[in-house]
Amino acid sequence: MTLLSIRNLEVHYGDLIGVADVSLDVAEGEVVALLGSNGAGKTTTLNAVAGLIPASGGSITFAGERIDGKPAYAVVSRRIGLSPEGWRLFVGQSVENNLMLGATPLADRSRAAPLLERVYAIFPRLAERRLQLAGTMSGGERQMLAVGRALMSDPRLLMLDEPSLGLAPATVEIMYETLERLHGEGLTILLAEQSVELALEFADRAYVLQVGRTVMSGTASDLADDPEVQKVYLGMG
Amino acid sequence: MSATLVQVIVGGLLLGAIYALFSSGLTLIWGMMNVVNFAHGDFVMVAMYIAYVVYVLLGGGPLASVPIAAVSLATIGILAYFLLVRHVMRGPMIAQILGTFGLALLLRYSMFGAAGANFLSLPDNLVGGTYEIFGIRLQASRVVAGIVALLVTAGLHLLLTRTSLGSKMLAVSEDATAAQLMGIRPDYMQAIAWGIAAGATGIAGALIATFFYISPTVGETLAIIAFVTVALGGFGSVPGALVAGLLIGLIESLSAYWIGGVWKDVVVYILFIFVLWFRPQGLMGKS
Repeated sequence: MTLLSIRNLEVHYGDLIGVADVSLDVAEGEVVALLGSNGAGKTTTLNAVAGLIPASGGSITFAGERIDGKPAYAVVSRRIGLSPEGWRLFVGQSVENNLMLGATPLADRSRAAPLLERVYAIFPRLAERRLQLAGTMSGGERQMLAVGRALMSDPRLLMLDEPSLGLAPATVEIMYETLERLHGEGLTILLAEQSVELALEFADRAYVLQVGRTVMSGTASDLADDPEVQKVYLGMG
Repeated sequence: MSATLVQVIVGGLLLGAIYALFSSGLTLIWGMMNVVNFAHGDFVMVAMYIAYVVYVLLGGGPLASVPIAAVSLATIGILAYFLLVRHVMRGPMIAQILGTFGLALLLRYSMFGAAGANFLSLPDNLVGGTYEIFGIRLQASRVVAGIVALLVTAGLHLLLTRTSLGSKMLAVSEDATAAQLMGIRPDYMQAIAWGIAAGATGIAGALIATFFYISPTVGETLAIIAFVTVALGGFGSVPGALVAGLLIGLIESLSAYWIGGVWKDVVVYILFIFVLWFRPQGLMGKS
């Protein structure tokens, strides 16, 4: 079943075009990667789905319901979680407060405590640092907190903006093992990733974005073998 | 230490607690959304008139006027947010300054129209009278006002730092966009902040009215104290407002005792400027 469907998405920042024509589908339980260089429109696409920026054209449908035009606080309560570019943590508050803020959209508040335990089980490092201020953590820990915070709303679709950016290789490995496990538990994931190799290894399918348009799509293994992708994105050939 | 000196110190601290309470609303609004509310002093003024009306119509003291003023001012604060502040926040800083300044003048001159320019006051014995404890003479109204102000200021601080509502409000002030990703509506949180800040101001006003003259322009005098308290304590810091409020009350009181009543404000402002030389962010503000 198609969970998320984007058709001819268009996003403007004033006179600038952030996304010109993006169409993609994410099926329930699938991992889909958005590939492309800086400025290709990956972040803009994720932010438009999350409701952080309004779409100026096209449509975004989630679980059969149009969500474009809805503000971010209304989108997240439909169980779409985003770990945004730059993490956007509340650096003046504790790790636990950040996580509990992530549970705000839950209709049933009693579910917050078990979800918190679950996030601590997924990222034991966060449990160790639960009373520490988010602003005093390392890059890897911040990335974990951003993902953990998005998980606190118990999303059906988890969107991740560059989960490997700026992290040490060992941390990247931990992060992707964790995502693999969440995927195994049935979580649907849409991620933007600059590391094509990493993304294609993890994802079921991928879309290639170029100057705000989806220019190519396919299964991860097909794209990994495609000489065009190799040339444009891996700088080979 | 002479009994008189102790009395001066206690009196200064009690007054300082009230300065802290009505300044904490101002610092909360600043900390939440970088808006300086120039109508803050006039919110206190309105609360003082509410206390007067409660006394004249119902014969009630602070037990009745404090909750009524708190609820009325909270309502005024929320209305001010939705009808004015939310709109001017989209404009440049000068729009915010002139917007809230306009609100200040609106409240002030509406009160001139409604109540006239005469100075009013509540009877001295509305809250007990004057008592002598260990040789110190204390006015019951000031003791009650000071203690309630301390408790409310502490409660405000706990609300901001220990509750999920406080965490959400802080989240909006840190990063309103990220707060939206948490399902939080920034405008609702800001409206609640205005309600809480103005409500606290209402409590302060009803307390001050028990021992201070009431006039349409009293807000001007009080606003200056609030601005100095907030700047000295650190913009956005409730504990800072508490420390600064107590300090200012104490210094005023001591300098009135040692140097003379007319000089107390001069001493406060000299010390204020002196502190800002070394800590421009205020005593407890972030640099």
